[in-house]
Order: sequence, then C-alpha cells, then structure tokens
Amino acid sequence: MDQVVLTIKENAPIARDVYRMVLAGDVSAVTAPGQFINIALAGSFLRRPISVCDCTGDALTILYKVVGHGTAQMAQMAPGERLDVLTGLGNGFDLRAAHGRVLLVGGGIGAAPLYWLARELKMRGVDATAILGFNTREDIFYAPEFSALCARVILATADGSCGVKGFVTDAMDGVEYDYFYTCGPEPMLKAVYRASKSDGEFSFEERMGCGFGACMGCTCKTITGWKRICKDGPVLRKGEIAWAD
Amino acid sequence: MGRLSVNLCGIELDNPVIPASGTFGYGAEFAALYDINVLGTFSFKGTTLAPRYGNPTPRIAEAAGGMLNAVGLQNPGVDAVIAEELPKLRKVFHKPVMANVSGFSTEEYVKVCEKLDACPEIGWLEVNISCPNVHGGGMAFGTDPKAAAEVTKAVKAVTTKPVIMKLSPNVSDITAIARACADAGADALSLINTMLAMRIDLKTRKPVLANTTGGLSGPAVFPVALRMVYQCAKAVQIPIIGLGGVSSAEDVIEMMLAGATAVQIGAQNLTQPFICRDVIARLPAVMDAYGIENLKDIIGGAL
Ligand SMILES: Cc1cc2nc3c(=O)[nH]c(=O)nc-3n(C[C@H](O)[C@H](O)[C@H](O)COP(=O)(O)OP(=O)(O)OC[C@H]3O[C@@H](n4cnc5c(N)ncnc54)[C@H](O)[C@@H]3O)c2cc1C
Ligand SMILES: Cc1cc2nc3c(=O)[nH]c(=O)nc-3n(C[C@H](O)[C@H](O)[C@H](O)COP(=O)(O)O)c2cc1C
Ligand code: FES
Repeated sequence: MDQVVLTIKENAPIARDVYRMVLAGDVSAVTAPGQFINIALAGSFLRRPISVCDCTGDALTILYKVVGHGTAQMAQMAPGERLDVLTGLGNGFDLRAAHGRVLLVGGGIGAAPLYWLARELKMRGVDATAILGFNTREDIFYAPEFSALCARVILATADGSCGVKGFVTDAMDGVEYDYFYTCGPEPMLKAVYRASKSDGEFSFEERMGCGFGACMGCTCKTITGWKRICKDGPVLRKGEIAWAD
Repeated sequence: MGRLSVNLCGIELDNPVIPASGTFGYGAEFAALYDINVLGTFSFKGTTLAPRYGNPTPRIAEAAGGMLNAVGLQNPGVDAVIAEELPKLRKVFHKPVMANVSGFSTEEYVKVCEKLDACPEIGWLEVNISCPNVHGGGMAFGTDPKAAAEVTKAVKAVTTKPVIMKLSPNVSDITAIARACADAGADALSLINTMLAMRIDLKTRKPVLANTTGGLSGPAVFPVALRMVYQCAKAVQIPIIGLGGVSSAEDVIEMMLAGATAVQIGAQNLTQPFICRDVIARLPAVMDAYGIENLKDIIGGAL
C-alpha cells in the first residue's frame, strides 16, 4: 500500500450516472486487477473505496457510479485537481488460476475491475467470454472496450432493452467455460454462485473503516476462517465462500 | 531524555503519542508502512479470553467529522495473541506495548490480565470497561462506579504491571467513575472511548449499522473528550491518557494542557495511516511556535 497524490487527467460521464476518471501519478503499488484504491474527499471523514478499472505505468482508470454525496462530489471534479489516495489495496484476482475458457461476469458498475483482468487475459492468449448485465440500455458502458479484448461479449438487460432480456445468469446458460471471475451486487454474486458450473472467483464489497486491514470493520466468515474484505479480499475463491444456499 | 519524552507510570516514553486500541491491530499493518518504533508505544486491539468474531456487517458508518464503529471486539483471543501476535510484534517493535483488555465479567478481565502479566513485551494493561457486564444485567462496567472499582481491584491483584482503566464517555458524571477507579488502585486512566451513536439510511429507512448503534469517534468528539480529560485531571491525582478526536500536534498539546500525560490517536490512523508518525515529527516545530521547551512541563498547564 502507498499513500500518494494523484492528478485527475480525465473525468467524464460514460453512461447514466456512471463516470470514468483517469488519475496520473505514482501508481506503482497497484499490482493486480481486482485491487482497489481508497480516495480521500474534502469534507468526508472516511475514504471512498473504488476498484481499479485499468492501470498502466503512470496512470490508473476508475469507473464510478454516483450513489451518494461522495461520488456526487467526484463527478464535479475537473482535470488538474489532485486527490489523496491509498493505492494497491486488496488481493486482486488470481490470474494464474485462469485455465481453458474463461468467463467474466459483471453486474452494473461491477464490470469495472473485470476490464483490466480482460486485458491481462488477452495478453496471455486466454479465450474469454464477458457477460455484462445492466438494468437498461442507458446504463451500459464499456461494451466496445470489452469486445476489443474478449472473444465474445454478451449483454443482458433486466428490461430487455438491449441484448438478452434478464439477468447475467440467464445469459450464462449457453456458455461453456472452465473458470470464471465475477463482480457485482451481492444478490447477483449469489445467483452466479448457484448457477456456476466451474470453480471461480468473486469480488465483494463491504463498508470500510480503513481499507488496509487495521480496523476489522469489513470482516466476513469464510470456510477458511474470518477474512477482512479489504485485505484478505476483496476477491474470494468460490470454495471459500460460506453461503448456506 | 528528549524534549518530547514523558513518563507513564514509571516507564519512559520517547514521546506521548500512542495509537489507540482497535485502530492499529497488533501493529503489523502499520509496521509495513513505517518504522513504528518512532511511537511512544501503541495500544493493541481489545483482547478477550476467547476468540470473538464480533458483530455482523455493516460495522462502519460515516458522520460529519468522524465515524461510527460497531466492530464488537473482534479478536483472536488472548492465547492466540500471546502465541502468534506478540512474537510477530517483537520482530518489528522494540518498546513496551500497551495491552488493551476487554471482558464481560470480572473473572474474564482477571484471567486475561493474568495471562498478559506474564508477557515481557507488555508494559501496561489498559482495561477497557465499556463492555456490558453480563453478570450485572448488561450495564457497562464503565457506567457504574462500584463495578468499575471492582474490576480495578480484581485486576490489580493479579498483575505487577501498571493498570490503566479506560473510561466510557457515556455517563452523566465521568469524574465519579474516575474517582472510583483511582480509589481502587488504578495506576492511570485513559479516556475517552467512543460515544454511543447511530445513523439511518434514507433509502432503506433502516439503521446503517447491523448492530443498530455504534461508537462515534474522530475529530467531532475532540472538544467533549478534552472537557472530560480536564474534569478528571481535576478530580484525581493519577496520570491520564487523553484521547478522542486527536488529529494534529496542536491537539496533542491541547490535551496535555487539559491534564493528559500521554495522548492516543484512534480513528485518524484509519483514514491517514501515517498520522502518528507525522504528528510526532511536527511536535518540535509546534512546541517552538508556542514557546514550549519540554512537553512534560505543560501537563495540566490549563488546570
Ligand atoms: C472494494 C470495493 C470496490 C468498489 N469499487 C467500486 C467501483 O469500481 N465503482 C463504484 O462506483 N463503486 C465501487 N464501490 C462502491 C463505492 O465504494 C461506493 O459506491 C461509495 O463509497 C459510495 O460513496 P458515496 O459517498 O457516494 O455514498 P454514501 O452512501 O453517501 O456513502 C456513505 C458511506 O458509506 C460507504 N458506502 C456506501 N456504499 C458503499 C458500498 N457499496 N461499498 C462500500 N462502502 C459504501 C461510503 O464509502 C461512505 O463511507 C466499491 C466498494 C468496495 C468496497
Ligand atoms: C474501529 C475502532 C475499533 C475500536 N476498538 C477498540 C477496542 O478494541 N478497545 C478499546 O478500548 N477501544 C476501541 N476503540 C476506541 C478507540 O480506542 C478510542 O477510544 C476512540 O476511538 C476515541 O479516539 P479517536 O476519536 O481518536 O478515534 C475503537 C475505535 C475504533 C474507531
Ligand atoms: S476496512 Fe479496516 S480492516 Fe477492512
């Protein structure tokens, strides 16, 4: 983990209530897709945890949805403004576990961390399918970006305004895969857990006090013991998850 | 001894800055960030007899100028702390550490303190009496002078280490609890623990915290904590550790003027992980600005 000051290079809407922000500076602590950063905002005591959507040598991209006063404040920020950020938080996805045909399942803003993962998989020559689920057509983002990296991209919308009508699990039915990675709201993660036919990894969210393992604010019970979502997660392996159903 | 040094119950601290219990784990996360030997000491996570998972999540909520937590004393239990955490700590921290102890009965406090008394790494026992007294009907030990005195006496009987009683602010007269602990033989007091609080989510119309209520801490509580430190410093003769919302070198000095011998920093470690190192580094310049030669000279300066 590092505490760094990053400079906003871009900050613009890409879908309804969803923004893309590019932050430049020392991002050397960010080592794996699925990790997150924790952003300090003037006037808020707690930082805001946001997944890394992409990371190159000297900049990282985040995608965020406006849901409350912190993210609304972020949406007002202009290029050139500087942010106090904790970088390189969390374990990230395990790329070495990918084998055979890989499936990526993103729900809403949960698609964000899968983008860098898709780029890494493409570099390794992995055959990947992405299923991206949204409520409606106006919420869709990054479909062309995923198409550039994945052999197949299947869109699903709850209202049927674009792609498969229904949930990501409805789109999973016809897909063959040997391993999967997923991120999205918890009800979706549970549905994917039940529908999945292979091993895979899930990225979780929890309210956080610190984001680096110090406060025990984000603990959950797993098969392999108590885990801090921020430090031992946010990514958990399917076999560790202690969902009863 | 340097300009920043203070003496806490017979143990010399290089400086009065101490990360507060529950915000510094058992040191490992921060030792990865900076040399934690720059600290006066630190108080480790509240430790109970048996392992405790704590409360369901969400355990954290935000407030203006602070945060609420309802972690519920998650810890691996005293035996695992002694067998696993202290040996790890010994490798990165070379000063006496403060052991924070919690319990739900007098017997539990005694058993945990007995075990920790045998550990050479530990300098002080800080006894958190904000937990509910399961035998006394669920009221916190820290809200009843008689129960607070009973725990103090019982713990003092099983240890030769200095005993610091950590007080809850959720009382109408904190000096009554302070006096009860001092009369029962406490070597020092630390205050304040978190203030009982809650938040409601407007979208769900339900409490944000799964536990409904939690403890408020952070800069918002500083003036309340300062007032309580001041009142207790007037009421008792034993040293006081001041905490609650401290976030700068200026706050450290203000707490000491109110009567604190040492100062803890809690929630601020979570959002500004380098805060304790930075406050210690800035203290000499702030002392110069206010004409303070040695920090120990200002303890209780406003009383
Ligand atoms: C590991 C992780 C990765 C995340 N990645 C992304 C991402 O890539 N893009 C994105 O848009 N969102 C992401 N989130 C969710 C994001 O943190 C919240 O939407 C955001 O904190 C809301 O802040 P606010 O001030 O707008 O909302 P408010 O509701 O006003 O926030 C109040 C408090 O609750 C916390 N909070 C609210 N919702 C959440 C939540 N879902 N998870 C954790 N804390 C929450 C806030 O941090 C703040 O402390 C992620 C969360 C986690 C834990
Ligand atoms: C996440 C969190 C966990 C805490 N856990 C403990 C604990 O285990 N034992 C204890 O005595 N105090 C605990 N506290 C209270 C702090 O040590 C401190 O008394 C309080 O937060 C006030 O200081 P602050 O405003 O600087 O945070 C905890 C506080 C926080 C924020
Ligand atoms: S948020 Fe503090 S331990 Fe995870």
